[in-house]
Amino acid sequence: MLAGIILLSGTAVILSRNPVHSVLWLILAFFNAAGLFLMLGAEFLAMILVIVYVGAVAVLFLFVVMMLDIDFAKLREGFVSYLPFGLILAGVLAAELIVAAMAAVVVGSPGEPVAPVIAAAADVSNTEALGALIYTKYAYVFQASGMVLLTAMIGAIVLTHRQRSGVKRQNIGQQVARRPEDAVIITKPGVGQGVEL
Amino acid sequence: MLNIIVFLPLLAALIAGLGNRALGNVAAKSVTTGSLFVSAALSWLLFFQVGFGDTSYTQPVFEWFRSGDLVINWALRLDTLTAVMLIVITTVSALVHLYSWGYMAEDPDQPRFFAYLSLFTFAMLMLVTADNLVQMFFGWEGVGLASYLLIGFWYHKPSANAAAIKAFVVNRVGDFGYSLGIFGIFLVFGTTDLSLINETAGEFQGRTFEFLGYQVDILTTLCLLLFVGAMGKSAQLGLHTWLPDAMEGPTPVSALIHAATMVTAGVFMVCRMSPLFEAAPAALTVVTYVGAATALFAATVGTVQTDIKRVIAYSTCSQLGYMFFAAGIGAYGASMFHLTTHAFFKALLFLGAGSVIHAMHHEQDMRYYGGLRKEIPFTFYTMLIGTLAITGVGIVGVFGFAGFYSKDLIIESAFAAGSEAGYVAFAVGVFAALLTSFYSWRLMFLTFWQTPRWNESEHIRHVTHSEDRTGTGGYKPHESPMTMLIPLGVLSVGAVFAGYALYYPFSGEEQGAAFWNGSIAFNVELMAAAHHVPLWVKLASTVAMLTGLAVALVYYIWKPHKPAAFVEQFRSLHAFLMRKWYFDELYHYLFIVPSLWFGRVFWKRGDQGTIDRFGPNGAGWLVERGAGVARRLQSGYLYNYALVMLIGLAAAAAWFLPRAMGGE
Amino acid sequence: MQPIAESIGIAAPELVLATGAMVLLMLGVFRGNRSLHGLTYGGVIIYAIAGFALLGDAQSELAFDGLYIADDFSAYLKVLIFAAAAICSIIALPYLVRARSDKFEYPVLIMLGALGMSMMVSANDLLSLYIGLELQSLAAYVLAAFHRNEASSSEAGLKYFVLGALASGILLYGVSLVYGFTGTTDFRLLQVAVTETPAVGTVIGLVFILAGLAFKVSAVPFHMWTPDVYQGAPTPVAAFFASAPKAAAMGLLVRVCMDAFGGMMSEWQQIIAFMAIASMVLGAVGAIGQRSIKRLLAYSSINNIGFALIGLAAASELGISGVLFYMAIYLPMTIGAFLVVLSLRGADGRPLDTMNSLKGLSKTRPGLAIALLIFMFSLAGIPPLFGFWPKFAVFNAAIDAEMYVLAVIGVVTSVVGAFYYLRIIKLAYFDEPEGTVLPQESRVNGALLAGIAVFCSPLGLFLMGPITVAAARAARAMLTF
Repeated sequence: MLAGIILLSGTAVILSRNPVHSVLWLILAFFNAAGLFLMLGAEFLAMILVIVYVGAVAVLFLFVVMMLDIDFAKLREGFVSYLPFGLILAGVLAAELIVAAMAAVVVGSPGEPVAPVIAAAADVSNTEALGALIYTKYAYVFQASGMVLLTAMIGAIVLTHRQRSGVKRQNIGQQVARRPEDAVIITKPGVGQGVEL
Repeated sequence: MLNIIVFLPLLAALIAGLGNRALGNVAAKSVTTGSLFVSAALSWLLFFQVGFGDTSYTQPVFEWFRSGDLVINWALRLDTLTAVMLIVITTVSALVHLYSWGYMAEDPDQPRFFAYLSLFTFAMLMLVTADNLVQMFFGWEGVGLASYLLIGFWYHKPSANAAAIKAFVVNRVGDFGYSLGIFGIFLVFGTTDLSLINETAGEFQGRTFEFLGYQVDILTTLCLLLFVGAMGKSAQLGLHTWLPDAMEGPTPVSALIHAATMVTAGVFMVCRMSPLFEAAPAALTVVTYVGAATALFAATVGTVQTDIKRVIAYSTCSQLGYMFFAAGIGAYGASMFHLTTHAFFKALLFLGAGSVIHAMHHEQDMRYYGGLRKEIPFTFYTMLIGTLAITGVGIVGVFGFAGFYSKDLIIESAFAAGSEAGYVAFAVGVFAALLTSFYSWRLMFLTFWQTPRWNESEHIRHVTHSEDRTGTGGYKPHESPMTMLIPLGVLSVGAVFAGYALYYPFSGEEQGAAFWNGSIAFNVELMAAAHHVPLWVKLASTVAMLTGLAVALVYYIWKPHKPAAFVEQFRSLHAFLMRKWYFDELYHYLFIVPSLWFGRVFWKRGDQGTIDRFGPNGAGWLVERGAGVARRLQSGYLYNYALVMLIGLAAAAAWFLPRAMGGE
Repeated sequence: MQPIAESIGIAAPELVLATGAMVLLMLGVFRGNRSLHGLTYGGVIIYAIAGFALLGDAQSELAFDGLYIADDFSAYLKVLIFAAAAICSIIALPYLVRARSDKFEYPVLIMLGALGMSMMVSANDLLSLYIGLELQSLAAYVLAAFHRNEASSSEAGLKYFVLGALASGILLYGVSLVYGFTGTTDFRLLQVAVTETPAVGTVIGLVFILAGLAFKVSAVPFHMWTPDVYQGAPTPVAAFFASAPKAAAMGLLVRVCMDAFGGMMSEWQQIIAFMAIASMVLGAVGAIGQRSIKRLLAYSSINNIGFALIGLAAASELGISGVLFYMAIYLPMTIGAFLVVLSLRGADGRPLDTMNSLKGLSKTRPGLAIALLIFMFSLAGIPPLFGFWPKFAVFNAAIDAEMYVLAVIGVVTSVVGAFYYLRIIKLAYFDEPEGTVLPQESRVNGALLAGIAVFCSPLGLFLMGPITVAAARAARAMLTF
């Protein structure tokens, strides 16, 4: 049932005319995916999915969509002409994948061909098991993911951060280091004379 | 040492050729000339080591290529035959380099010229030091290329370009035969190594193969194919037409390439392969007849030419005929002997002619010379020595000029051979000697005696600005500079003494065999017989020479108007000779016109109609259309791109799905 | 469980790059954009150190429980990648300064990209493959849009990003299929699990994975992004895209095909052969009629990738060493060609990119014209120049593997390709100049250009021996482990 809802809401994301509705459908899909994870016994992943994707990403999306005034209908115009072709293509791809999966089912060696990488231990929690793996066996990939995220961060900064000219900033060092001689000029103007600065 | 001799000229050519303008004239000239002199000095050293010692060897350089059974190495082979060729080539080449300092002094393109000269020398050295046929072919083609470049050196002259192309194309005919010969030899012998071929040649004697129902002798076929190559390079009758035209090149080139060295490559090749030729007597007979015919033909044509260089060119052609028929009757030693002496006196004559031309402001027509004896005495004396050498002046048993020994040896050998071909060759040789004497003295008399006729020449009038068409027109010929006279002097010494000095080593019965040391098929009996021919045979050529001299004296000194009358009387004969036996015309109608026609048909119908339409043009059209399609696909829209990717993916998956399903 | 310390030792080059990138980043943050030059040359030193860390990798070693592999093959490619990355960060300096995009992140991003590539060629697991690829791609997306004030650059970045995401998705889908059907992502185990008659899902998974990788090497039909991105991205970045990632992705493709899916050779051979043919043809044909030099070079790189794929399609030691040899020669040629474009500036100092700006280059900039001549002849594969030999090597491998059709198409398309390379030379040498071209502004770039030109010229043939030996050794390491 959960999988069915995911499919339905996924379709709805694409089809709904209002972008806000699309995002809401997306959130629904996320929730159901989390449900699937729960059923598989991966409670940590389920929670992460809800917190990160629903709680942060989707909400951010919502903000962006609401703040930007984009005429999606117009964007879609060019798209429609390709729709039939795209649909056929999608159909073909889907059919192929289904056939592939079916073939496997028919022949009879689908999901559990080899033993899982690490046997699930009954007495450790899901989170603990994940952590144990991530920091030992997959430490390399985990660290590398960190680099990926770093890159993404640098990229985001490079592409969006602008050095504005004309912004006045407080420079504490300069303030502290300032001496009276620098700031004050003492002059003794004679009578009838102006002060020349 | 051999390495240095061979590769020094290449190095020099590269330096001068690549440096070209940047290097400057003097540097380029010094590098090439200097290296040639070093090569020449080393060659003489080697010559004495090899010829009078016993140090023949083969020095491998590196493997060139290997394909199946065919293994070709770069290797330098050194034996007496090579050593003889080495001294001839390097000496003449070094002298010609020096000579060119003076002759080409005003040319704007000197580094190029000297680079070509050195390149030629390298290729020629490669040819004579080759130890297998393929390497020899490399040198063979190399000299052909250099010859082409040098004939066409003055590329702004259309006639020079035409002559260069003619030389190249005619040589190609010969080279085709030569390459067929190489293929055939590899097929039969399974190797292209020269010593192996020569050793095993006897085993194949008399074997035949079937061709169009006839039984054909294998070795005869191979030898004839090789000989076709030799004919092309050595300008033998039939493929000789390029040589006179090649005189369009600068005169030093004519002296080096078209007199002393390259044209003798054919003779050298026949001598190099002499054991093979010995095993194919029928082929040798052909060689003899072709050589004799060439000697006769070229000598007759030489008698009527008016261009000083062409006379000498036909003379070269004729002397090459001598060498070939000497080889044909089995007197390879005599052939090589004549080759060596000829190199000296023919180079001398050419360089002398060059000096005359230089003096006469590039006028080459002898009819506008005359009386130059006193104006350019040094040139005159050296030319005189050359003429004495080529006509074979000498007294039997006492002393003679170079040609006296070598040419007479050939004529005597021909007589001594005793075969039908030998007697024909003997008769032709004697008669050609008469003609040789006649045209050589004619050249001398027209050029150096009589009264000056200089101002009839346009070249000279160009300088004197005198409209008077007789006499000197005030022109003052000038003797050539020292750089040109020294080579003349050196070559004169060679022309005087080479015959006397080399007679016994090259052709003596015992000394000859020891000297050649198996590098050619030296026929001791034949040489012995040649030394003991009847006296009248020995005298025959001298008599012929004197007759020729006498006729020339009568016609060109005592009765200078006689020739015109003679021409009047025998108009058709004169025309026949003047047109060089109508060879050029014959070839024009026989080969050039039909091939032009063929060419046009193939070009219009074949190339443009068929190949171009469906080949390049069709492909071009296709490519152009393809480019259009590709550009249209590249629309710049993201979803288009994504679509293409997904289509590719779906197609690939669809392609594999049935296969994978079927596989299970 | 392998001790981490041991693994770290084996993965030293990556470690150096990762730390180096972070050090540079910190320095940059504190010193600001003024430090661009310093950071760039610091980066070069780091590449050199990482390169030194490669030394001594005599035998193949696994690290991180089989996620990572260090062998001659990866070392060979890493040398190429590091060198290309170093050069691409140096040559960008004058360009960035002039375009007012001289932000210190540039060398950092290049280094992170190089780190990703280095991880790619050392990947021994679908997981590390994906992470390496993603790291490289992310850096590349940002770099493509680095010139953010120009619409074309942003557009290029966005296009690259969206299509790259699609390709990553396809790749991941393939990975999950393969994992689902074989139960492992480790190349060694896959090699065992994948047999002559694989499950349908594995085949489809392989197709998807290859499609994802083909996107990175820009093989047809996953090449569509290439011309647009090359043209839009800043020129030094385009040079980077055309060089290092190609080598990395090609190495990864080779490893995935020969190593992980060695058992399914007949399947992937068909795909690779098709992609090779399509790339060669489209690369050759598409380039004709281009007006932008950078677009043309993009097609040229598609074309060249097609040639390199021939070697992979041959699936023999000869073929693999051919691919490696090809990459070693292709990289300098293409960087050199981009460097020439980079050196073209009009009278107003702005970069030139149109074909017409090459007109009469031999008169205005003779030195540059000679370099261009060498690169174009070399790319066209004209014999005395270096570019001929790798082509010869891959054709040779194809013929050896009896793939005559492939070899013939290769030869034909290289003739077609020669057309536009020669056209460039014609423009530069036989046409009259239009407008002026300013002289080289950076001595470093000039020296690099001259160096690369000498490498590609016949003089480079002296290096052919060592390169072919190294390529052959790398290929052997790849096949025998």
